[in-house]
Order: sequence, then structure tokens, then C-alpha cells
Amino acid sequence: MRVNFTVNGRRQEADDVWEGESLLYVLRERLGLPGSKNACEQGECGSCTVRLDGVPVCSCLVAAGQVEGREVVTVEGLADYAKQRAEHGGCATGACGTSGTSLEDARPGVPPDEAWGRAAKGQDSQTGEGTGSSPHAALAPIQQAFIDAGAVQCGFCTPGLLVAADEMLERNPNPTDADIREALSGNLCRCTGYEKIMDAVRLAAARQGEAV
Amino acid sequence: MDFLRPASWEEALAAKAEHPTAVPIAGGTDVMVEINFDHRRPEYLLDLNRIGDLCEWEVGEDTVRLGASVPYTRIMEHLRPELPGLALASHTVASPQIRNRGGVGGNLGTASPAGDAHPALLAAGAEVEAESVRGSRLIPIDEFYTGVKRNALAADELIRAVHIKKADGPQQYSKVGTRNAMVIAVCAFGLALHPSSRTVRTGIGSAAPTPVRAKAAEEFLNAALEEGGFWDNGKIVTPSVAKQFADLCAAACNPIDDVRGTASYRRHAVGVMARRTLTWTWESYRGTAARTEGVA
Repeated sequence: MRVNFTVNGRRQEADDVWEGESLLYVLRERLGLPGSKNACEQGECGSCTVRLDGVPVCSCLVAAGQVEGREVVTVEGLADYAKQRAEHGGCATGACGTSGTSLEDARPGVPPDEAWGRAAKGQDSQTGEGTGSSPHAALAPIQQAFIDAGAVQCGFCTPGLLVAADEMLERNPNPTDADIREALSGNLCRCTGYEKIMDAVRLAAARQGEAV
Repeated sequence: MDFLRPASWEEALAAKAEHPTAVPIAGGTDVMVEINFDHRRPEYLLDLNRIGDLCEWEVGEDTVRLGASVPYTRIMEHLRPELPGLALASHTVASPQIRNRGGVGGNLGTASPAGDAHPALLAAGAEVEAESVRGSRLIPIDEFYTGVKRNALAADELIRAVHIKKADGPQQYSKVGTRNAMVIAVCAFGLALHPSSRTVRTGIGSAAPTPVRAKAAEEFLNAALEEGGFWDNGKIVTPSVAKQFADLCAAACNPIDDVRGTASYRRHAVGVMARRTLTWTWESYRGTAARTEGVA
């Protein structure tokens, strides 16, 4: 079957999708977006976490056909997503995460491709890990904080943690440690033991507070 | 495999009537695991995500009509005053990502004895609204679970909503697992005080082939509370009554040994949870009674 949906602000069409296929498989194997990791395939580890209409979900447990017409943000689009949010202040009130407000909603009447603005233009989502040397190389604040805090070791859990942590900071700009632990309780890391990850999220929250 | 995408409830019922083997998928947190692991290859997947009604709820006079696909996250956020036991149970479901997708309809459809919602539904009192092209019916929760991962639904029926009694007193939920998040219950226990009818209801999870109530324990406690005038005098439930209640709850279990725990551990743990949740809810009731009726 064919599935049409929006990924990181760009309309995508996946063909010959098997009916039992997961969103994760479509992202990784059909759209060349390997940022979301494939580990447990049963929703235990969170390394495949993406946002579906704004809501963090395990993409391994979403059937591809269920995303028809919907909006997905992966770790590859996180920097642009965060930039967009900062520019439009759309989610500063914390309402977006739960109500599922999309980028499209943030700028009524503007189709997603345009709404993503110039920053997204340089991105070729086909190339996957859209950081590196591309023109929009900026990282999301949460990504920078993970680097600065040394919260990345093998890196396999990192994309899921970034997406989950970014969404929590959108909803809850001043999280307690308990809030952070709860928000990240669906993401397993087998290297660093979580303390550096906690540091990173605290750092991102503090920087976010300074910026306001 | 065919992927059916009904745009309305009526279309979904028609599709289920035409293809009774179709597997409904909403949050996908059970169904996709089975597909990913090649444990299940349904002929048809029936996607319910386009039916917006299923994600809505209505708070009525006596009950909450909870749409089958309302995610656990929403129950925790919006229905805690009306459904405190279910809100507590919802919070123990897996992780935020799973709670954002999964809902009570899926828990009922899967009918695993370890489903987190079941003890809370049994304790609160609920009816499952099942519908097919033949019509709609309300299935009492006590008659819904018919075996390990089996329920009372006919092949052409879908779960539309659950009608859950609004709390008229304190409710509690307790679950044993190896950690707080991302864990299948070793066993679980739900308890609801119903001061308006002066009854207590229970629900036991993961300690019998189906979720069950501890009916003998309920009857014992109802009689003991009545006899001692506890509902009126708000006295502390005596330790001997609490112990007898706990023992009867443990006796209501019919558990197995498996990777998550032994049968005897489960029996013991259910007894402990029964005593604790009784203490918590009764203390809460006494607090309320003291404020509203001036009982010390």
C-alpha cells in the first residue's frame, strides 16, 4: 500500500508498504531516516521515539497505515522543530504537547513545507542524520546540552532520549528531577547510567530559562 | 494482509461484520508487538485511529463514558477526580510513550490477566459498551473476562466505550513489579470504597487466569464494617478484620508460577496489597468523614 504523511515538515510518500509494517521501518528503510533506532521492537526501550502529531510515541508500535495524513517529527528534524518553536513561541505555554498542535497549526494557513521556513530548505531528509555540514547545521538546544554534558556514549538510545526530553521541556520548562525521570522512564540507556543524561536535561532547562 | 481504514464508527462496524477475523488496532501497543515478532499475521488489520469519537469521554451523573481509545495519559490528566483508581492504574502502564497511545479499549480487547486497567475497572464497577451491525449491548465487567486473553466479545463486535461508575469514595491501586516503569505486573490489586452503598469492591490482576474480584473478601468486609458501625463511627478498621480481609483476597487468587513470580509469592503479595490499600482508602474515608460529619 501507499502511505502519504509529513515527516519533519516535508511531505513524503512511501510505496509498496507492507500492511503490517511499522512507522519505524518506513522511516529507516524507505525514507532513509535512520536516526530513530530499531532495538526492542516492543516499546520497551524508547530508542525509536518520534512525535506523532506532536505526541511522543514509539514508532515501532505505530502501524505505517495509521500515519496516513499525519505529521511525524524525528530526531533528524528536531533542530528545525526547536528553532521553529523558539521563533514562534508556539509551545512556550506548554499546551502544544498534549493538544497535539502541529507546526501547521502554529502558523495557520501556511502549508507545512513553507511553515518550516528557510531553515528547513537546506535539509535533505533523505540523507538522514541532518546535522554535520549541511547549511542548517544548528543543533536543537537539547542536542547541544547532551554534547556539553557528555550524555552521549554509544549513542544508540540518544535519538529517543532527545525527542522525549525535548517534548518534556516544551510542556514543562522547569522540570524537577522527578519530572525528568518520569518523562524519560520509557527510554533505556545501557551505557552511561543516566546521570549524565539527567545533567544534560537540567542544563537544557536552565539554558531555556535564561533565554526567555 | 489487508489494512482497513474506516473513517467512521459505522464503517468500522460494517468492516468487522464483513471480516470477523479482522484485528482491531488503535494504540497498537499490543498488536504491533505481536506483528513485529511474527507471533501474529492477521488477515486484516482494522485501524480505528480515524474515528475521533473513540478518543472522547463524557462525564455523566453517575458514570463516565470513556471512549475505547482515550489514551492513558488523558485519563491521568483529566479523569482523576471521577476515576481515581483507574487514573492510578493508568500511571503504572509502561512508559509515557505507551500511555500516549494505549487505552482501556485495547486492554479489554487483549484481556490479558496482567492488563493494568482491569483491577481498577472491577473495583469501581463498569460496563463494556460493545457494538456490532446487529446492535449495541452493555457487558458487565464481571462477565467480560472469560479466560486467559479471552473476552465476551462476539466475532463481529467492537468495543466502543467503557461506562465506569464515578467514584463515590476513596479508591486505591497497587502493583508489584521489578521497577516503577516499563513493567508487566507480577500482580496487582485495586480497591474501591463505595460509601453510598456501604460496600467495598476489589479487583485482582495477574494472579488468576482472568482478572477477578475477591468476592468472599468483599462480603466479609462489608459485613464486618456494617456490624461494627464503621461507616458511621469512622473508627480504624481493626487489625484482625484487615488481616482476615487480606487472607480472603489471597485465597481468591489462582496464580501460576512463571518468569515474573511464583504462585505463592503472588498470593502473598496480593494479601499485602489488599491490607495496604484497605488501610489507605479507609484512612482517607475517615479523614473525609471527620471533616464533613464531625466524627473523630
